[in-house]
Amino acid sequence: MLRLPTFTYESPATIDEVLALLADNPGRARLVAGGTDLLPNMKHGIEEADIVVSLSRLPGLSALAELPDGGVSIGAMMTLETLASHPTVRARYPSLAQAVGLVAGPHHRRMGTLGGNVCLNTRCVYINQTHFWRESLGYCLKKDGSACHVVKGGKRCVAAASNDSAPVLMTLGARLVLTSQARGERIVGIDDFFQRDGVQNKVLEADEMLLRVELPAPAAGLHGAYMKLRVRDSIDFPRLSVAVAFALRDGAVHDLAIVVSALAAVPQRMRNVTELAEGRAPDEGLFEEIGAACFGQCHPLSNIDGDATYRREMVPVYVKRALRAAIEGGVSS
Amino acid sequence: MAGGIERKVINTTHGPDAPHGDFTRVGQRARKIDGIGKATGEAVYTDDIVLPGMLHAKTLRSPHAHAKILSIDTSRALALAGVHAVVVGSEMPVKYGVIPWTPDENALATDKVRFIGDEVAAVAAIDEDTANAALALIDVEYELLEPFFDPHKSLVQSEPQIHETDARGQPYKKGNISKNVLLEFGEVDAAIDGAAHVVEDDYVFHGTAHAPIEPHCAVARFGSDGVLTLWSSTQIPHYVHRALARVLEMPAHRIRVIQPHLGGAFGGKSDPFSLEFCVCKLAMKSKRPVKMLYTREETFYTHRGRHPMEMHFRTACDAEGRVTGVDSKILIDGGSYSSFGLVTTYYSGQLLTGPCHFPTYRFDSTRVFTNKPPCGPKRGHGSVQPRFALEIQLDRLATKVGLDPIEFRRRNLQAENSQTVNGQTITSNGYLECLDVVEEASGWKDKRGKLPFGRGVGMAGSMYISGTNYAVYPNDMPQAGILVKLDRSGLAQVYTGTSDIGQGSSSVMATLVAEELGLRLDQVRVIAADTDLTPVDLGAYSSRITLMAGNASVDAGRKLRKQVQAAVGEHFDIPPQQVMLAEGFAFDREDGERRITSQQAFELTETKFETLAATGSYNTPDRGGDYRGGTIGASPAYSFTAHAAEVSVDTETGEIKIEKFWVAHDCGRAISPVQVEGQIEGSTYMGAAEVVLESHDVYSDESHVEAGLHRRPSLLEYTIPTSLDTPEIDARIVESIDPEGPYGAKEAGEGPLHGSIPAVANAIYDACGIWLTELPFSPGKVLAALRAKQGETSAPSPNGKASADTSVEAIRARLAAAKKGKS
Repeated sequence: MLRLPTFTYESPATIDEVLALLADNPGRARLVAGGTDLLPNMKHGIEEADIVVSLSRLPGLSALAELPDGGVSIGAMMTLETLASHPTVRARYPSLAQAVGLVAGPHHRRMGTLGGNVCLNTRCVYINQTHFWRESLGYCLKKDGSACHVVKGGKRCVAAASNDSAPVLMTLGARLVLTSQARGERIVGIDDFFQRDGVQNKVLEADEMLLRVELPAPAAGLHGAYMKLRVRDSIDFPRLSVAVAFALRDGAVHDLAIVVSALAAVPQRMRNVTELAEGRAPDEGLFEEIGAACFGQCHPLSNIDGDATYRREMVPVYVKRALRAAIEGGVSS
Repeated sequence: MAGGIERKVINTTHGPDAPHGDFTRVGQRARKIDGIGKATGEAVYTDDIVLPGMLHAKTLRSPHAHAKILSIDTSRALALAGVHAVVVGSEMPVKYGVIPWTPDENALATDKVRFIGDEVAAVAAIDEDTANAALALIDVEYELLEPFFDPHKSLVQSEPQIHETDARGQPYKKGNISKNVLLEFGEVDAAIDGAAHVVEDDYVFHGTAHAPIEPHCAVARFGSDGVLTLWSSTQIPHYVHRALARVLEMPAHRIRVIQPHLGGAFGGKSDPFSLEFCVCKLAMKSKRPVKMLYTREETFYTHRGRHPMEMHFRTACDAEGRVTGVDSKILIDGGSYSSFGLVTTYYSGQLLTGPCHFPTYRFDSTRVFTNKPPCGPKRGHGSVQPRFALEIQLDRLATKVGLDPIEFRRRNLQAENSQTVNGQTITSNGYLECLDVVEEASGWKDKRGKLPFGRGVGMAGSMYISGTNYAVYPNDMPQAGILVKLDRSGLAQVYTGTSDIGQGSSSVMATLVAEELGLRLDQVRVIAADTDLTPVDLGAYSSRITLMAGNASVDAGRKLRKQVQAAVGEHFDIPPQQVMLAEGFAFDREDGERRITSQQAFELTETKFETLAATGSYNTPDRGGDYRGGTIGASPAYSFTAHAAEVSVDTETGEIKIEKFWVAHDCGRAISPVQVEGQIEGSTYMGAAEVVLESHDVYSDESHVEAGLHRRPSLLEYTIPTSLDTPEIDARIVESIDPEGPYGAKEAGEGPLHGSIPAVANAIYDACGIWLTELPFSPGKVLAALRAKQGETSAPSPNGKASADTSVEAIRARLAAAKKGKS
């Protein structure tokens, strides 16, 4: 089997110690929660670290807490399995429970955490390969090289955001609480957390860690759903993902948010759909219009497995299905 | 071969009946003898073996698809602390190949590399990390050669040659063509051209891998006694034994090959492989035991998976639906080495001539070399691909004639006790019953053509060999040998060279010997696949073991049974034939109260005779057509299968869901019904995976730097089905009781794969009126076919179902029209 490279393993008991390790070893230390993303990537040589800092001994990072505004705060170390089955999340943010319940397979969800999924590395057919494979091809600009094999002559990495949690969190207006030794805590809206660079598609600094994900109180009549295109019904990363959320009041749609992901380095918030849907009845005619509007905004690349034309074609189909699913079952209570 | 020695005609078949009375073990729903050990983790696989002082080895592989090796410098690797030995190709210059006419492989590349992943050097070190580090210190100078990724290019362009010499070391005269077979039986063109109905189409079968959960692994020890022992995850210990002797230039008697428990093979472990030679050579050089375990990525380079085939088929029938002729032209992408390719090329035509009778037939199959991982035999070797094409052609003809597809196949039966058009002998044939069973079980008559649009049922039939009549190297010795030893402890020990690769062959041997000697399964122990201990058996390939080694087992058991009956008869003072052996006892058939235990019976037998042991052998009867290649595809008995599948097609996404399979398989007699059902399920599962999910795919656009790289050499991207992706499978057994098989048994391990793929294709036609001809059936292809159909006609589909245009373009057009109406 593939071997892990040699590294020093630290398992501090306090956040301060974690932050000190990050600060003292700039760029050379990596955090590990469930390890389901980091360790395979280290075996492939995509991630390198002299020091791997485990977060497993940190207290209080796996809990869900009520916020004064009626929202919730979810610790970054809560496992995806716990989150998917959490009664509060299932009741108030069912699309989030649904999305994290679709991450990989049961074993991964038992190990993997919300923080790990939010911070998931981007993926590309040319990067998630062994050293031998990547060397045979010629290294790319995400790691060890300067060329892009997806976009000839491309100078910016287009590896795909592949986390199932991110698009849903974007439709729910999540805020991320980050902390570092140098700058203390800061709160970043999830839309601002991601940046259009597949090499590092997050604004998380090398000395910084994600503590919590905060969700605002669900709007009255909030409906949401998540749909994921993949070839198997388990294990696979998304080839396309769609999250929708809207408030349904008096038979009309309000504040529709749609995020499409697994296309490019960042999850993509659909423009104009809020205006298009505002105040209209959630019928098939509206769904068709919205689907067409999303199709026009999505341009998948051959960055992950699955034909790019087909992935694009499925955008309106998945948007419509997500909207229907949200109407049928995805209501907050 | 036999140098003037007359070949002993071995006729060791003992007929279909129980030794006396009813069967006591055969047909029982018993567990596999090694099942619990595997489930609990007790079973020892090759990678579990740890020997004192053992080193770990790794292989340096070519990063280039086609290149000359100008130089290899291993000095920096050898100088690394912890490295004990390095080996390169020039140290093992003798070529080998599982087929003796095409030895074109070296344990490590000697002069050139032929695909990305080809083996160049190997290192043994104190641990894997050190071995990996040493690989990076080996300097290889390459001179790049023009690569071949498109089989059409290999067909016409002979320079540069992928293989420059033939088996005798002479210049290879066939360019980049590996093998061509053209065989014609009867006046095909006349039979087709004058027929009432003709269908003609191109079909594409893509490459797929075996993906056994256990990667290849080998451990070697070179003892101070001069004996070389290899433990390997192989399904052909005997052929590996021969190949080691050849390549290492050592007498075979100083080599011992042991196959531990195996975590799946499916044909992917039926060649001798580089790692087997390398661990041996490294052990000899370092004087330490050496282990090598391939990574998952390496198993995809080692490959020997299903050959991609491009197939042109023409099939015709008369107005009543009787097939008049079949004509095929097939281009086979062999990858970089021959492996079993000679046989594959023949099998792509020879194994197709039943259960549908062909009055005339021609096939023209050409295998070419390309700079890709070598293809080889995968479950249903060579015939799964053309079977896919043929069974769709038969359904298309049935549609033209207006016959139900099952009825069409009944009308064209290649009956029992007949000769096929290519001269193969069909003995037993339960295909008609298979058709009846799936028709009934699937509710065919209520479903075919009657389900709502997007849902349909389809079927397909197939035939497969129960072993090949001839060994891969010509010889007149038995194909299977077995040794059974009885002990005064009451134990029967079965020494068999057969490889239990998870298919349950050891359990079958145990069942047969237990039946003959009247024992319980716990009173039989099987010692398998150890060339020092067990008689020669040719291995686990071509579904040969149950029939061949099974006959040998019954034969040895029968000899001992007669001795036991004689001794116990004398003890009871009754005629030997009046002695019954069953359930661990020997008793008087006329007086069941007079009985002794098997242990007591064996003591009496050992007293009367001597130390108790018997050998059994099996060799095949003369079979096959009287022409060059006529013996390839000849088998002592053929199995038959009928598949029915129900599918739903999501016409918006193009996704296909296989709802259920009904499979009836004629295995002659089910020695172990649970295992037969397991083989039916496993085969059908594997075939279903090839329809949509699995694709062993190499980037082939020469203009891109990615060319020659395997697209997805990992089990994350090479998507084998999870339990959630596996359709329900209703496995039914049909027993035709074959005259040649042990108690009438035939094969079950490979036949039930074939029809699963075309049955799905035919069900998709029933669901939405499209014929898909190019595997895998990706959603994009389904959508394209649906659109093409809508483009060609807006009339209802052939089975009378209306369809809505669900294309994005159409939806958007409707949307635009609706908007216009609004404004």
